[in-house]
This record gives sequence, C-alpha cells and structure tokens, in this order.
Amino acid sequence: MHLSPDEVILWQHGFLKLNLTIASTWGLMLLLAAGSMLITRNLSTGLERTRWQNLLEIVVTGIGKQIEDVGLREPGKYLGFLGTLFLFVATASLCTIIPGYEPPTGSLSTTAALALCVFVAVPLYGIGKQGAGEYLRSYARPTVLMLPFNIISELSRTLALAVRLFGNMMSGAMIIAILLSITPFVFPIVMTALGLLTGMVQAYIFSILAAVYIAAAIQVRESRPKPAQPGEA
Amino acid sequence: MDSMTIIAVASIVIAGITTGFGTMGPALAEGRAVATALTSLAQQPDASTTITRTLFVGLAMIESTAIYCFVVSMILIFANPFWNHAIAQAAGK
Repeated sequence: MHLSPDEVILWQHGFLKLNLTIASTWGLMLLLAAGSMLITRNLSTGLERTRWQNLLEIVVTGIGKQIEDVGLREPGKYLGFLGTLFLFVATASLCTIIPGYEPPTGSLSTTAALALCVFVAVPLYGIGKQGAGEYLRSYARPTVLMLPFNIISELSRTLALAVRLFGNMMSGAMIIAILLSITPFVFPIVMTALGLLTGMVQAYIFSILAAVYIAAAIQVRESRPKPAQPGEA
Repeated sequence: MDSMTIIAVASIVIAGITTGFGTMGPALAEGRAVATALTSLAQQPDASTTITRTLFVGLAMIESTAIYCFVVSMILIFANPFWNHAIAQAAGK
C-alpha cells in the first residue's frame, strides 16, 4: 500500500524519475486537449450539431454560468483558468473507473501545483482589474493592523486548497485499498461510486473557491455590498 | 523499550486519537449544517439551488478539517518522518 502515486516509479535513469503522477497527468492533458481539438475541429452554428459539440457547449456554458453566479461579471475572462482547473480535477477523479489508474490529484505535488496557480492568478487578476497600487493597498484595509493577517490568510488558504484536494482524493483511494483487503466483494464498488461523487464535489469546490478568491480580489473597491437576497439567509 | 518501539507506539496511538477526536467536531458541525439547510429548504423550496450549492461548499469546507486530521494520521502511519530518521540512525551505527 502506498500513500500517493508518486511512489510508483515507471522509469528511472539517474536522477530522472518518471512516476505514475507525471504519467497520468500528461495522459489527462493529452486526453483533454486532443478530445476538445477533435470536437472543435468542425463546429456548426446551425440547428444540426453533433452530440459531442452539444456536450462541450453544455460544459462551457455551465461553467460560465457558475462563474457568473459567484459574482464575476464577465465570465469569459476567467473561463480559461477556472474552467481548466475544474475540468482537470473532474476528469482526474472521473477516470478512477479505469482499472490501474490512480488520480494524479491524490499526490500532494499535483494539488500544490494547482493551488500555487490559484495563488499566483488571484493577484494577477486583481492587479489587472484595479492596478498594482490599488490592489496592494487593499491588503492594508480596513487598517494597517490587518496587513499581516491578510498575508497569512493568503498563504493559509493556498495550503488549505492543496491539502483539501489531496486529502479527499488520497482518502478515497486509501479506503478502497483497505476495503479490498477486508471485504473484497461488494463494498469497494459502493465506495468507488461514493469516490466519484466526492471527486466531482471536490472539483466543484476547488474551482468555486478559486472563483471566490478572484472575485474578492477584484471587487474590493466596489461601493457597497449587495442587499442580502431573501433565499440566502 | 528502545527508541524505535517508543516511536512506533506513540505514532500508532496518536494516529488513532487524531482521527477519532478530529472527526468529532466536523461530524457535529456537518449535522448542524445539514439540519439548518433542510429547515430552510422546507421553508423556501424555491431557493433550493442556492441553498444546495451553499450547503455543498460549506460541507466541503467543514469536512476539510476532518481531512486534515486524516492526512496527519496517514502520515504518522505510512510516511512517518521520525520513524525514517530512527531507521537511518540505526543503519548508520
């Protein structure tokens, strides 16, 4: 039993190692890129469209709508980043139905890389929206006393993003491995189904949290908060 | 008891305690969150999409504290740095 797919080494030459995490990450990237390239090769704008185009349209407009719901006005600007995060994490956990596959998100290095992308992207979007000076000043708001806490929160939420995704994916794989050795007949299937649900929820959480952080970074100066909607209490 | 045994005993016991106590708080919190969400769903079925989305995000945030405890106990059992250090010490002797 191993803790993460990092420990499965497929090929080694000197200090160069090719472990299962890297292999499955590149496999997923290839799958996503080649799949969408094949589908978008001949798009139609008429009423007749292929079912694959329909699928992609549902995915893209669905993600765009969710981003808009979080409070980002122009979802097109953020669709590339947030959509990629969601699709990668979702496919990584959906592919667990393939035997012999281990999700690359079950390795702390992958999730740390994804969280670092969010860590870098949030200030970039913030600076792009309101300028470097204004964005940096937002760290010292409402008072300068809050400066260290704002910086700590920036770091700790990156850590939380990485460990949350890693822990959920790793625990799913670990529980299935333990159950296989205790009750190998039915229960692993049930837990695999639960793992698929958890994976989708985690993909959703990861991208929604990234969207919330970006929304917080670009909306610091917007005048007054919206009045609370009646359903949200 | 030599140091290896002490490390092993401490790691195993603490791993169990960590998961046991660490899941208690999130379990209570998730119960409260779901109960409140069900109440508001019953009162306002129209807002079900908003409530469900917020509930899922909140549950995942709550659950992550339990996941942190799980990660710590998994590290203690499967990838214990002190254990590896003790083994390296013993091998170097």
